Amino acid sequence: MTSAAPVVADGRSTPELDAASGLEKLAGYPYQIATWVDDTGYPVSVAVTASVDVAGLAAAFDMPAGLSVPTDRVVSLTGSHIRPQPGYGYDERRHVTVWGRASVADARVVLAADRAWGWDEAEVPFFEYSERSIGQSRKYFDALSAERGTPVKPRLSFGWLALRATRLPFLSATVVPVLLGIVIAASHGSFDLVAAILTVIGAACVHLGLNVANDVFDTVQGADDANVTPTQYSGGSRVIQYGLVSLRRMATIATVFYLAALAIGFVLLAFWGSPALLAIGIAGFIVSIGYTAPPLKFVYRGLGEIAVAVGFGPLMLLGAYVVQTGGTLSWEPFVASIPVALFIALILYVNEIPDRRGDAHAGKRTLPVRFSREVVITGYNLAAAGAYVALVSGVIAGVLPIPTLLMLLTVPLALQVSRGLAPNYDNPYGLMSVMGVNVQLHLRAGVLLLAGYAIVLILGAIAPGVDLFLG
Amino acid sequence: MASMPTPVIELLDAALVGELSVVDPNGRPVTYPLIPLWDGERIYMTSSTLFSRKLEHIKGNAKVAVSITDPVAVDGRTGRATIQGDARVLDEDPHGGWERLLEIWEHKEPAIVAFLKARVALPLFFERALIEITPRRVMYWADGQPMSTPTVTVIDEEAA
Repeated sequence: MTSAAPVVADGRSTPELDAASGLEKLAGYPYQIATWVDDTGYPVSVAVTASVDVAGLAAAFDMPAGLSVPTDRVVSLTGSHIRPQPGYGYDERRHVTVWGRASVADARVVLAADRAWGWDEAEVPFFEYSERSIGQSRKYFDALSAERGTPVKPRLSFGWLALRATRLPFLSATVVPVLLGIVIAASHGSFDLVAAILTVIGAACVHLGLNVANDVFDTVQGADDANVTPTQYSGGSRVIQYGLVSLRRMATIATVFYLAALAIGFVLLAFWGSPALLAIGIAGFIVSIGYTAPPLKFVYRGLGEIAVAVGFGPLMLLGAYVVQTGGTLSWEPFVASIPVALFIALILYVNEIPDRRGDAHAGKRTLPVRFSREVVITGYNLAAAGAYVALVSGVIAGVLPIPTLLMLLTVPLALQVSRGLAPNYDNPYGLMSVMGVNVQLHLRAGVLLLAGYAIVLILGAIAPGVDLFLG
Repeated sequence: MASMPTPVIELLDAALVGELSVVDPNGRPVTYPLIPLWDGERIYMTSSTLFSRKLEHIKGNAKVAVSITDPVAVDGRTGRATIQGDARVLDEDPHGGWERLLEIWEHKEPAIVAFLKARVALPLFFERALIEITPRRVMYWADGQPMSTPTVTVIDEEAA
């Protein structure tokens, strides 16, 4: 049976069901569980087979033997289903309950339905149901805190919490361009290990500060609270929404990361400084903080992809390059940064697809919020193709070395993402694997570019006469 | 001294899902599908704080019923049972207190251990309370048919 996903109203964890819809669902179960509260105050449940009259808002069943269904209080009928999966557990969870008053005639009980409630994971996936139920969890912890007179909060071990709050696995987005800038500089004869280590740490601090600040500002502006379909790749870290870390503490963590980045930036400027590095550093901070923070709020204005592309592409790569070269700029690191920039922007772009309803609700005008599904998918294809065109053009023009063509090995991944977008566009959880491949696309493209430059360095050492540039 | 009837214990041990019925503040029954876990003395169920309304209802009215009705969830057994009892919410440590029942839970849902290892993915799901149910009265339908009169067993205080 296929049907359109029901709309779940804001503040509810399940779609609103009226009595008729509840009865309609109840009729689909092979038996029903009649429940009432007996004279001793305990609930009584018995499996019955009810005939359902949706139009008449009623369900009827035979009076169970040895029991008496009361007519002076509310009676419910519940349908419940799971599918056992041996060795795993179960799936296909769904249940529905219809309440009403019962009347009895000729040993037949007739329930006049007036209310219904239920959940079907085929309509509201478990993860969304859970996200929609955060308010109930918060309420429960508040009540526990009040009962005990001391705050009771959900917990995670420090390691997991640090990983989740900072979104540490996304650090590859920084490591790839920074290492690439360093390796390109090395291929040009400039390499300083201490400067390289400080650059990686400083850039990582900016990135982690950005991640945490993004959660802070998205929470303040309501985008993360409005998002009920976050995935492991989108919707922020959720640690504030889950009550695992307070907004104030997240703001402090972001500040600490930015201050650490600033301190490292000053050290780099002091010892390996140049006007180019100063300009790149200032631009990097503006892009990073302005990503979600007012007044710039790039991501809220549909400029998030550009900000991310610039920040995690040319700025990171050229920044790392000029630290090593003492301020000398060149076309090669800039051209090499283009595919990296496009792929990182595409990570954000695809991750915004499942967030688009929550983002729209919070006034976050991202590209998937602004444009239709067709335009968004075409946009992906054009940008991904652009990354490969930039690479090949760079090689043909003699700006990039031939071994960087190794990046073309990632074309199948880009095709996989492109083909996965349309069928999963409206299914955040189906889109998760596509988002995973998209993250891999950026990472592998970066690693293959690095591998290309490793070949350049190795050949440069063992066979200096070999020209690896066309033209 | 009456204790839990053996066929009902077998149902509780086999059931992948049962129905917990509680009484809401308006006196209405509310039924939730949950995994019943029998430790030989009491029935336990666990609830995430995400879906904790049932816990609030139990704290307001301890009288509950657990029914085992789904033949598919009990590996084809035909018997059905409803156990009325008094429930207690154990939520001193929502983070880990419930894990003492993990072994019985794993027996019914093996994947739960792997899920728990990845609790970072869904932290609030694993902030849980235990519902401890002391059985008071058991209705058992050997043929599972509501047209048969159930066998009723009153569990006395000591046996419970």
